[in-house]
Parts: sequence; C-alpha cells; structure tokens
Amino acid sequence: MMQGPQIAFLPDGRRLHLHHGPIDLILDAEGEGRAAALRAAALRFETVLDELAAELSLLRSPTGPRPEGAIARTMHAATQPFRPAFITPMAAVAGAVADAVLAAMTGAGALTRAYVNNGGDIALHLAPGESFAAAIAGGAPGRAAIPADSPTRGIATSGRHGRSLSLGIADSVTVLAATAAQADAAATMIANAVDLPGNPKITRTPARDLSPDCDLGDRPVTTALAPLTASETETALTRGLAFAETCRARGLIHAALLTLAGETRMLGAPDLIASKDPTHA
Amino acid sequence: MTDRPPREEKIRCDACPVMCYIAEGRIGACDRYANQGGRIIRCDPLTVLDRRIARGDEVKPFLRADWDGTLSGDDLFVTAVGAGTTYPDYKPAPFIVSREVDGADFVTVVTEAIFSYCGVKVKIDTDRHLGPEGAVVRAQGEAVGLMITSEYGSRMLSLGGVDHLTGGSKPEGRVTCDTLLRLCNREAVELTVDGGATVIVQAGHPPIVDGQREERMRVGCGSATIGMFASQWQGLVDEVVVVDDHITGVVSEHQAGKVLGWPDTGIRIKGRRSTPGRYFQVAEPGLGWGGTDITDPLTILGDWIPKKGARPGLTLLMVSTTGEQFAYFVLDDDLVPQRRDLPDTLRPSVDLIAENCEPALCTVLFMGGAGGSLRAGVTRNPVRLTRSVQGEKTRVTVGGAPAYVWPGGGITIMADVTQMPDNAFGYVPTPAIVAPLEFTLSRAEYRALGGHDDKARAVEDILEHGGEYGADVRALGPTPDKA
Repeated sequence: MMQGPQIAFLPDGRRLHLHHGPIDLILDAEGEGRAAALRAAALRFETVLDELAAELSLLRSPTGPRPEGAIARTMHAATQPFRPAFITPMAAVAGAVADAVLAAMTGAGALTRAYVNNGGDIALHLAPGESFAAAIAGGAPGRAAIPADSPTRGIATSGRHGRSLSLGIADSVTVLAATAAQADAAATMIANAVDLPGNPKITRTPARDLSPDCDLGDRPVTTALAPLTASETETALTRGLAFAETCRARGLIHAALLTLAGETRMLGAPDLIASKDPTHA
Repeated sequence: MTDRPPREEKIRCDACPVMCYIAEGRIGACDRYANQGGRIIRCDPLTVLDRRIARGDEVKPFLRADWDGTLSGDDLFVTAVGAGTTYPDYKPAPFIVSREVDGADFVTVVTEAIFSYCGVKVKIDTDRHLGPEGAVVRAQGEAVGLMITSEYGSRMLSLGGVDHLTGGSKPEGRVTCDTLLRLCNREAVELTVDGGATVIVQAGHPPIVDGQREERMRVGCGSATIGMFASQWQGLVDEVVVVDDHITGVVSEHQAGKVLGWPDTGIRIKGRRSTPGRYFQVAEPGLGWGGTDITDPLTILGDWIPKKGARPGLTLLMVSTTGEQFAYFVLDDDLVPQRRDLPDTLRPSVDLIAENCEPALCTVLFMGGAGGSLRAGVTRNPVRLTRSVQGEKTRVTVGGAPAYVWPGGGITIMADVTQMPDNAFGYVPTPAIVAPLEFTLSRAEYRALGGHDDKARAVEDILEHGGEYGADVRALGPTPDKA
C-alpha cells in the first residue's frame, strides 16, 4: 500500500505536479533551462519525503539537536529565530520543501522565472526585470505582485482553515519573506498570535486528540469560533499585527496580510500586496 | 447495532513514509486518507474529480429544457460532485464556473455542501401496512426516522434530520448518516418499522415488504376503483366489493352504481360507513388484501338481508385495489356466499384494474437546508443569495438534478436522487452528508448579489485544470467504499 512519489504534468502540459504522501507541489519554469530544471525538480523530489520521514520525530520536537538533512536544516534555521516561544521545525516544512526543489531547478539551468507552490507556500525565482503575481486566497481576496528587485522570494499562508492546525484564530495570514521556509514559519507564528486568549467564543481541542502524532502535542488548537464582535476582531488582529511588526523589525519578514472575520490588516510593502477592489455592486 | 470487534482507537496509515497515526473519524496529515471505523480509507474529492474528468463523466448535460434555451450550443454543466468543500465557507466555493452564453455571462457556483440538517423523504408505493403513523423507523437497530402520513397509494417515511444525525447517540448518528448516504446514492437499504414491517428501499426500484416484492401501486382507493369500473361490471355480476384499508367500496350502494340504476343486494359491510358505498376501517391494516390484514375477504361481510335484496344465486366479486387478490362468490340457499371460479366474463375487469396500476417504486428525495455559512462561499452577502433563489433568479441544482425550493425562509431544497450522477453524495464523520450543490445565475445577478466574481473561471479552464486550491481544498467527501 506504500506509494512512492508521483510525478506528472497537469493537463495543461506545462505545470508539473509532484505528489508524495502529504506533499503536493505544483511548479513551473520559464527560460532556456526549463527542461533541465523540471528534470532536476523531479529528481530532487524523489527522496524529499523519505529524507524528512527519517528525522520526523526530531523535526516534531521543539528542542533537540540540529537535524542532519538539508531540508531539515532549512526548517530548523527558519524556526530558530522564534524561540523561546513554542515552535518546531515542522512549522517551516512546506516552505522548506518548496525552497529545496526550487534550488534544484535553478541549479540545473538558466531560468527567467520559476516557482514551486507547495500547497500555497511558494518559493520564487525571478531574473532581473521579471515579476510574479500571486492571488491571495483567504478572508479577503488580494494579489501580491513581486518584482525581481524586491528581496521577497518566499510567500506563505497560514491560518485556521489551512491544512495545518492553528493555535490562533486568524482566517489567514499571508507573509512575504526572503525564503518560503522563513515565510512559512512566520505565517504560522503570526496566525497563532491572532488570538483572544480565554475568550469563550473559541473552542479549542488538544492537538493530540485530532492528530495523535502532531508536533503541537497537547497544545489547544482552535476547532471552532463563534461570531466575533467588531471589537473582538480588532483586538485579535491588533495582537497579530503587533507580533508581525516585531518579525519585520527583526528582518524575518517583508510584509504580511492578516484576515479575520472579513477584516484585513496589512503590514509593510503596501505596493507588494494590494487588496483587490470589489468589482461588484 | 451489530457487534463490532474491539479495535484500537488509533491506527497507523501506511500510505506514505509519514506513517501517521490517525484517530477514529480523523484524517491524516495528507488530507487524503482517513480512519473510518478502524480502517484506512481514501477520501479525496479532487482525485475523484480528476478521475471522473478522465473518464469523461464528470460533466453531465445541463437540463436545457428548464433553462430558457440560453445555453444552446453549450450543454456542459459542471456538477459539484467531487468539487470538494471549504466548509465553513469563509473562502469562495471550490469552483465558480463562468460560462459565456450568447455574450451573456452565466455563473455556476459549485460546491459540495456539508449538511448536518438534512434527510430524505421516502415514498414507497404500496398499500401494505408498513407501520403506524409516527412509528420509529430503524436501520441496523438504530432509530433513523419515522413513518409519516400515507399518501394516495404510497407510504411516506421521513428519515434523518439533525436530531438523528447529531442529537442522539454516536451509533445512531453514524447509522443515520450511513443510511442517508446509501439511500441518496441509490443503494438498497433495509429498514424496519417498530410494530410494522421490514422493507427494503432502493430509489427507483420496487419496495420489498417482509420479503415480498411489491409489483403494483393501487389504481386508486376502493371507492375510486368502483367509480372507474362500475359500468364495466354492470350486467356481469350482482355485487362488487373493492377491499381497501383506506376506503372499501361497494358498487350497489356507491354513487357510481346508483347513477347506473344498480339494484340493492342486501349486503352488509363491517366497518364504519363514511358515505353511501364507502367504508372506513373494514379490518386492521396489514399485508393482506388492499393493505388490510385480510386473507379471507368474507370476514368483512355481515349477514345478507333478504328484504333489501339478498337472494339465493346472487353473485359477488371481491377484489383488491391492485387486482392482485380477487374472489368470486354465489349466495347459497341460506344466503351464505360460496366460492366459485371467476367467470371468464369478469376476468377482463379484474385484469383491467391490474393494468391500470402503475409499477410500485421507492422514491427518495434528498432534503436539506442550504443556509448558514454555505452561502458565504457563493457570495459575500449571504442573504442576497437566499433572496435571489427565492426570487427564481438563481437556479439551484443538486448534482445537476433540479431542486424544488421550499417557499418561506432560507434555501430549503428537495431533489430526486435518481436524477443525479452515481455516488453523488459523500459524508463527513461529523456525521453529516456531503451533497453536491450548484447555483446558476446570470453574471449580472451574481455581481449584484455580491458574488465572488473575481473567482469565476471558464468551464474549459476548470475541465482542463480542475481545482487548483491544492491544500486549500480540504478533502472531506470520501468516495463510498465499494471494496
């Protein structure tokens, strides 16, 4: 029943879909090195999950020795700056995988533009003069336009409705950072910070009850949220925004977009993230 | 509930190297595999979608006849089967399909909706007594619904609903969900009525009541049968009684006989006379003649009265409302009916009753309320969707099948499961039913009600690329396990 990696072009014949276990990557590359880059991505992907699985218990632990694998080390490095708050390397796993596959691609041939999208956590490559436009899902639709001269090469989104469990109540937090791994870790932590501790409208369940081997252990993750008042929404977003500010001040992120209950807060680089104007009446 | 072997609460998934431990009713880290009843199952609607697209059967012809003809030349309709869901729908629905038709954009918002408030209404074409009104209906021993009113020639069941799904015990919820799912996916389900019969129900198939397959739905009640066929009996037989649990008819007393100048026969029927020639409660309900418990029809007759016309040699036909049971009698010198073979002259009239009966079927209508947060996946202003549906500007379909929208508040719908693609329904362990739901409206209307217009994609794009939400689509609609 154990299934190996699956690698296939999407029906458009252009984007490559790499799937193994919980990982789904969609990637594309432009430039003369495209063919070589896609081959390199497929080759790199072959062992990604096995590499991670080999050190899984360590990666799920908030403390412990530095892991050995290359992706594991990226995860470790991206999450270290947030300590001593609770975080495990798993907070950066999606971004780190995207970074690793992108690195394999850019190392294989000359590319003008390339991306690896790991379930919304995206690693980018941009040659000078190029740019990348991303649609932002979540509470408020928006777009991020990233030019080559910006330092951002990673985008990640975290929140209550994603695949991972969240300790906070944000509907979504989208972060732009230098790498996908850094964006991933920061988005997780900012989404956790959007919270109303002790508020009875929030239902929380020990993570272990939902997912026995989750890295969050017995920490209470949000499983339901009653409708918030405007001031509660404001309070929660303000907490998240304050934390995001510290991340930006420390150079960990470039920009962040926080959404909760239809409200949006933006931090940094307003030229990068534009909340889309409604086109309807 | 059948006994289950004890099992470990958590099981290890071996589908990939992560080797997740998955608790009962939960999904693994991949969102693709889940622990259902101690077994690892795959539950990935996107995969379903991909496979269906590959097979070419995800799209089904849109029911053009019902839609102004404006879709002519473009009969692709993306159903919500396998679309996935974004419950609780803070995000736009998985597919918002833009279709350009004669220059006018139409939008179909496709989602798999999770219904905790849902059930089925089952119509069983039979006169046989399945159980008293209000009796509890059980599946696998668990209460899943109740017998409701009898309709003309049919027995009605109401199954499911939020109280059985989530208000009762855990096994009750699980069995109710399973029963609804199987009925909606047109599988055969055995139901037992407290104090009544066991019936096997399958949408589009005849009911099987206590092991007996029902062939015919009655032509009408006993009184109606008299009305339809009185003239064909005239001159061939002296008296006709149509035995029916609801209204037993007697031709000599019935208005239909009177207008033909039918002479009195001195017959007496046990039971409560309603109007001339129409009797209620001639016997107890049951599985015998005409939905009564009668196996010997003479038991409903009293003494024959000579001064009102009873005489030796008088002939009597007794027949059920489906023509399945019939008997012919002649009064002897003591005015006691003696059974004789049915004369050939009367045979066609009995056959005609049977001929006029429609095939007995079970019909299953899915019923649910598309209220609450589901609407937020369609529009930012949910109540406008409700009003648009109520104003018939937005058409609602379930897996492509037209839905009847109840008047009054909310979007409460009913739809015939036989008009939907195979295995259109899924479930989540909540337990709740996952039903495909499509809203179709003009693009102008969609914008006007605050829809996620910017999320609309061309039909071709969706067929070509499928859902691109990746991890954003939480896979909650497991494919029914056929293994």
